[in-house]
Amino acid sequence: MIAFVIRRLGQSIAVMLAVGFIAFSLFSYVGDPISSMVGQDTPIADRAKLRHDLGLDDPFFVQFGRFLLRAAHGEFGISYQYGRPVQRLLAERLPATLELSFTAALLALLIGLPMGVYTGLRPESWLSRLFMTLSLIGVSLPTFLTGILLIWIFAVMLGWLPSFGRGDVVQIGGWTTGFLTLSGLKALILPSITLALFQMTLIMRLVRSEMLEVLRTDYIKFARARGLPNRLIYFGHALKNTLVPVITITGLQLGSIIAFSIITETVFQWPGMGFLIVQAIGFADVPVMACYLVLVAFFFVVINLIVDLLYYAVDPRLRLDRAGAAHGH
Amino acid sequence: MVTESADLPVEAAPPRAVGAFRRALDSDLFYSFRRSPLTVVAALVVLILGGSALLCSWVAPHNPFDLASLNILDSFDPPAWVDGGNWTYPLGTDDQGRDVLSAVLYGMRVSILVGFSAVGLALASGVSLGLLAGFAGGWVDTLIMRICDVLLSFPAILIAILIDGVARSVLPHDRQDEIAFSVVVLAVTVLPAVQFARTVRGSTLVERNKEYVQAARVIGVHPVTIAFRHILPNVIGPVLVIATISLAVAIINEATLSFLGLGLPLTQPSLGTLIRVGQNFLFSGEWWMILFPSLALAGLALAVNLLGDWLRDALNPKLR
Amino acid sequence: MPLLEIEHLQVEFPTRRGVLRAVDDLSFSIEAGEVLGVVGESGAGKSLTGAAIIGLLEPPGRVAGGTILFNGRRIDNLPPEELRRIRGREIGAIFQDPLTSLNPLYTVGRQLIETVSVHLGLDARAARERALALLREVGIPGAEQRIDHYPHQFSGGMRQRVVIALALAANPRLVIADEPTTALDVSIQAQIIALLKRLCRDHGTAVMLVTHDMGVIAETADRVAVMYAGRVAEIGSVRDVVKSPRHPYTVGLMGAIPTIGGARDRLAQIDGAMPRVGAAPRGCAFNPRCGRVFERCRHERPELMPAGATQAACWLYDQAAAPRKEAAHG
Repeated sequence: MIAFVIRRLGQSIAVMLAVGFIAFSLFSYVGDPISSMVGQDTPIADRAKLRHDLGLDDPFFVQFGRFLLRAAHGEFGISYQYGRPVQRLLAERLPATLELSFTAALLALLIGLPMGVYTGLRPESWLSRLFMTLSLIGVSLPTFLTGILLIWIFAVMLGWLPSFGRGDVVQIGGWTTGFLTLSGLKALILPSITLALFQMTLIMRLVRSEMLEVLRTDYIKFARARGLPNRLIYFGHALKNTLVPVITITGLQLGSIIAFSIITETVFQWPGMGFLIVQAIGFADVPVMACYLVLVAFFFVVINLIVDLLYYAVDPRLRLDRAGAAHGH
Repeated sequence: MVTESADLPVEAAPPRAVGAFRRALDSDLFYSFRRSPLTVVAALVVLILGGSALLCSWVAPHNPFDLASLNILDSFDPPAWVDGGNWTYPLGTDDQGRDVLSAVLYGMRVSILVGFSAVGLALASGVSLGLLAGFAGGWVDTLIMRICDVLLSFPAILIAILIDGVARSVLPHDRQDEIAFSVVVLAVTVLPAVQFARTVRGSTLVERNKEYVQAARVIGVHPVTIAFRHILPNVIGPVLVIATISLAVAIINEATLSFLGLGLPLTQPSLGTLIRVGQNFLFSGEWWMILFPSLALAGLALAVNLLGDWLRDALNPKLR
Repeated sequence: MPLLEIEHLQVEFPTRRGVLRAVDDLSFSIEAGEVLGVVGESGAGKSLTGAAIIGLLEPPGRVAGGTILFNGRRIDNLPPEELRRIRGREIGAIFQDPLTSLNPLYTVGRQLIETVSVHLGLDARAARERALALLREVGIPGAEQRIDHYPHQFSGGMRQRVVIALALAANPRLVIADEPTTALDVSIQAQIIALLKRLCRDHGTAVMLVTHDMGVIAETADRVAVMYAGRVAEIGSVRDVVKSPRHPYTVGLMGAIPTIGGARDRLAQIDGAMPRVGAAPRGCAFNPRCGRVFERCRHERPELMPAGATQAACWLYDQAAAPRKEAAHG
C-alpha cells in the first residue's frame, strides 16, 4: 500500500513538473514581455538593461528554476491585461467559481444518484424510459446551449431569474459569498443547473448501467436462490456493489465540474476563474494562463490521487495483504 | 440464456455482393436497427442534415460569404412567416444582412468537417499508437500509456481549450484566422486519439498472445505487417463504436470552443460561432439568429449520439 | 408421496426467429432424502430445469407448460413472494462457480448471518452462533477467524464449502446442485462431493445433482436420469443404469467412459452431436445418431416406458408393438 502511494505521488510530481514546464515555455514564446511592459519609444539600451535586471538574459534552466520557486510561493507575475498580480486576481475570482461548482456538484449528486438507482431497478417503467430519454438529451446537448435555453425561457420570456452576473454578494474576510442574499441565490440557480445537468445525466447513466450489470451477476442470483427478500438484495447487495466503482468515477467527474464551469461562467458572465481564463486567452494574457494551467493541473492531480486512494479503501480485494491470502483446502 | 445463431439456409450461390447485402439486411444488427424507430429517425436526421451541409454550395439559396451579394438594408429581417420577413431569406438575416439559412448550412458543413477531420486524425494516430504500445510492449508501452493516463484524467474540453490557448499565444496574430481550422481540429483530436490508443492497446495485448499472431511471427512476417494486417481487423470493432460517439463529442467540443471565441472566426464560422454572435442579439429580440444554429447543432449532436448509443448496445454481446 | 414431482415440464425461449423449446415434456420425481443425478451433455436442459424449479429462469425464458409439485403443492404458478419464501428455506441451490457465487464485498459471515436471519428469525448473536456452527460443519478450519474473512481470501474448495453452508443454512428439504464440482480441481472434487453426500444424509435432505460427469453420479447418486435434447431418455437406479443401460444413448454414454480395468480398445464414440435447442428432429430426438433406429423412431416420439430394470424413452421397449427381439445389452 505504501509503495502504491509513493508511486502515485511520484507520478503526480512528474506531471506537475511537466505542466510547469509547459506553462513556463509559454512565456518564452509569446513575443517579448518587455515590449508589453514599456512604451514604444523606449530606447533599445534601456530595454536591454530592463531585460537584464529582470533576469531574462539568464540561461533557460535558471529561469525555469526561478519560475518554479516563485510558483511554489504562488507568485505568477503581473497580468498583462489588468496590470495586477495574477494570484490576487485569481483569489478574488475563486469564491465565485467554488460556490457555483459546489452547488452544481450537490445538485448532480442529489438528483443523479437516486435517479440512477431507480432506473436500474425498474428499467422498464415509463418513468425510467422518460429519464433515459431526457438524459440522452442532457448528454448530447453542449453545456452552453442548455445555458442559453435556460436563459431564454427563464430570463427573457418569463423574466423570473437574472441572466448574468452574480447578484449581490457579502464579503466575509477574504471570501465573497452569494449564499446570503436573495439576489445572490437567484443568480445562482440557472448557472448551477446548467453546470449540473451534464454531470447529473452522466451519474445517472453510470449508476444505472452498473446496477444493471450487478443485477446479472452470479452472487445476486445466488442471493435470490437463498430466498433473500428484494429489499435486502437491492439495497444490501446490489447497491453496495454498484456504488463502489461509481464512487470513484463520480469523484473524477465532479472534479471536471471545475473545467465545465469555464463554459457556464462565460454564458452567464459569472465573475469566476473560468470567465477570467477565457478572456485571458483571448487577450494572450500569458501570466494568467500559466497560473491557471498550473492551478488546474494541481487540482486534477490531487483529485485523481484522492480517488485512487478511495478505491483502495473501499474495495477489500485491493486491500489484500499477502499474508492473508488463501491457503489450505 | 440461450442465444441461437441459426444461419441462413444455403442457397445456390448468389453473387457475392448481393449475398453480403442480404446477409447484412438479415443480420441481428440491422434487425435491431429496424426495431428501434428512434434510431431510424436519428439516422435520417443525420443523413438529411449531413447531406445538405456537405452539399451546401448547391443547396443553400445564397452564399453568405460573398460580400458582394450582401445588402446591409436587408439586415435584421425576421424569418419569412413573421411580420416583416420575406421568402428570399426564409429564416431571416443577421446583423450583416447574411441569410441565416445559408449561414447555418455553411456553418454546419464546417462543424461536420471539423468533427470528421478530428475523429479521422484521432483514429489514424490513436490506433497506430495503440497498436505500437500493445505490440511492442516494454518501456514503449509504459511511456505511451502513462502519457495517455495523464491526458485522460483531464476533461476533453479543458485540454481543447488549453491547446487552443497555447496555440494562439504561440502563433503570430495576423495568421490566426487562416489556421484556426487546423488549430481547432488539433485541439479536438487529442482526447479521442488517446481514448482510441487505450482501447486498441488493450485489445492488442489480448490478441498478441493468440496463436495466429505467434504463427505469423514464426513464419517471419514483419511486425508492422502483423500489426496492421492481422491484429488490426480484430481490434477495430469496439473502436468504431467509440468513434461514433467521439464524433458527436468532437462536434460539440468544437462548437464550445467557437462559442467561447476560441474556435473558428467569423470569416469561417461554425455553428458555435454563429451561436456566439446570436447570443448578443437574444435580448434585443432577434431570436432567429440564435435559434436556428442552435437547433441545427442540437439536432446533429443528438442524432449522432443516438446512433452511437444504438451501435454500442447492438454490438454489446452482454446485452443480447 | 414424492418430495418433488415434475410432470411434462416445458421451458421455452421466444426469440425473433420463433419459439425455442429447451425443455420439452420432461417428467421425473425425487423422493425425500434421495439423491437423484441428472446427467447429460451441455445444452440438454439440465440447468434450466433446476432454474425452473426455483423460479429463477432468466427472461425471456419461461415455463410454458407442465407442473412442478413440491410436497404435493404446485409451485410453478406461485406468486413471487410465496416462491421467495420457499427458496432457501425449503429448496436450496448451489451453482457452479463458487467464486462468483459470493459477493466479494461482504464477509462470509455477513452473508451467512443474513441468510440465517431471514429464514430462521434469529437475533444477531444466535445467528452468528449458527453461522459458526455451519462453517464448522462444512469443514472450514478456524471458523471463528474465517467467519470475518472475505471470499477472495478462501481457496476454491473452501469457497464451495461456504456456498454449501449457505445453501443448507435454513435446512431445506431439497438441494439443487448445478455442477457443483466442475470448476474445482479434481482432487478437491472428491472432497466436496463427499461433504455434500454426508451433509445431506445427516440432514435427510434430498439432492438433485446436475452434472455431466458420470463418475460423480456413480459415486453419489441413488437414482439417475439421463437427459437428451430437453427430455429424459432413461431413468433408473444408478446401479441399473450404469450396469445395464437400455436406451441406445445411455449405452453409448457408458461405452464412452474409460475404465481402468477394461480392455484397451479405442473409446466408443457416438457419431454426430446433440441437436441444438429448437432444432430437434421429428420423432425421437436421438434417431439420426442411433445405431438401432427403425422407421417408427423417425415419426413418433417415445414416452418413458419400462425397459428391464430402468425406464427408457425408446420404441425398442414398446411391449404393445410387435416386439423386435433384441437381446438386452450385456
